[in-house]
Amino acid sequence: MADVTVLKAVGRLDQDASAAFQSRLVGLVDVPGGAKVALDFGLVDYVSSVGLRTLMVAAKKSKAGGGKIAVAALTPVVREIFEISRFNFVIPVFADLRASLLSMSADAAVAFDAGG
Amino acid sequence: MLVRFWGTRGSLPAPLGAAAVREKLREALLKASGRRFETDADADAFIDLELDFATGSTFGGNSPCVEIDAGSDEFVFCDLGSGLRAFGNYAMAKPKRRKDPVYHAFVSHMHWDHIMGFPFFVPAYVPGHRTIIHGCHPNIEAALRRQHAAPSFPVEYDQLGGTIVYDIMTPGMPVQVAGMTVHSIPQYHSGDSFGYRFEKDGKTVVYSTDSEHKLDNPEHTEAFVEFFRGADVVIFDTMYSLADALTIRQDWGHSSNIVAVELCHRAGVKTLCLFHHDPNSDDRAIATLHDETVRFEELSRESSPLRVLAAYDGMEIRL
Ligand SMILES: [Zn+2]
Ligand SMILES: [Zn+2]
Repeated sequence: MADVTVLKAVGRLDQDASAAFQSRLVGLVDVPGGAKVALDFGLVDYVSSVGLRTLMVAAKKSKAGGGKIAVAALTPVVREIFEISRFNFVIPVFADLRASLLSMSADAAVAFDAGG
Repeated sequence: MLVRFWGTRGSLPAPLGAAAVREKLREALLKASGRRFETDADADAFIDLELDFATGSTFGGNSPCVEIDAGSDEFVFCDLGSGLRAFGNYAMAKPKRRKDPVYHAFVSHMHWDHIMGFPFFVPAYVPGHRTIIHGCHPNIEAALRRQHAAPSFPVEYDQLGGTIVYDIMTPGMPVQVAGMTVHSIPQYHSGDSFGYRFEKDGKTVVYSTDSEHKLDNPEHTEAFVEFFRGADVVIFDTMYSLADALTIRQDWGHSSNIVAVELCHRAGVKTLCLFHHDPNSDDRAIATLHDETVRFEELSRESSPLRVLAAYDGMEIRL
């Protein structure tokens, strides 16, 4: 069944929000055997350097544990910030949540289509 | 105050090669196709107004040397990179403001790219000329002596005819030099580096290169925001992309355009100057970095706009 955890972020991922976001995200990825995590950024309107750093930390932990992590549905501003900072090379970016799920698990994409 | 850039490249000088010059010429000729230029002024206007910077000019390839001209009869500059050679020649050729010329150098650190110009600094060889080297590293003299020593250079340090003296600064303790107050801050870099803040008559220039911001310590960030506070110009190490600075080039001691803009915004800086360009970047790549940084400044702006310039050898900023 669906083996990907979806984490939906909202608002600004900046200095103030990053610590809580990072511990939540690392908690998800840093599990024995590694986990698959899709980050739905559809409602994120800004990401600062510190916010990007949390993604780097999570991506590193995820990779070390054999997990996978992807970001989906960037808003136009956040997409530009990813491109200018070159973070699109640090973490896979997908146009929408379904595409990010499909990249990690066919089951997850099927579950998504079924409204799961 | 006037800031004059003699060297803006990081790590290693990066001269423009024949192929790059040819590419610029080809692009310029194609753009000028069918046009007639009667005078030098016509040609200059075409270069300035119709060619982009990467086609009509170059960022240059000399390693760091930045003059801070505060109108004193003593010269002041930051770092002794390969740009120092041209600065020394300029200073020698300039009508003398005094019989016993004085040069104040502020040294960020002693990596080669920041000291390699010193053996080619003519005033160091001329009796009566006095060079005062300011910096927070206690061993600057040892680094300059080693660079002059055989088998690396033919003229020994002790043979220099000019007077060379050292002013070892305590980080955080301001000094008065050539009518300016100069503050210093320790920076994260292999072997440490120091940033300098120059203040005179309400004008402020900050020189902060070879400085990594790891973003894992808010106190570090706050210290730099305070150091940059209200500056007219901040000259900032933007050698890498943020992604590289935080991943494959972590602990290499350099920073990014993203962090530059964020710190300058928070500190209410007027002009950010991208500096310490990667020797692997050609003019087109540095121009793109500049365009992207201008765009990021717009995206991240919350209050007053920040002007973004990309430093090039020969650039002057008047405050
Ligand atoms: Zn350097
Ligand atoms: Zn260095």
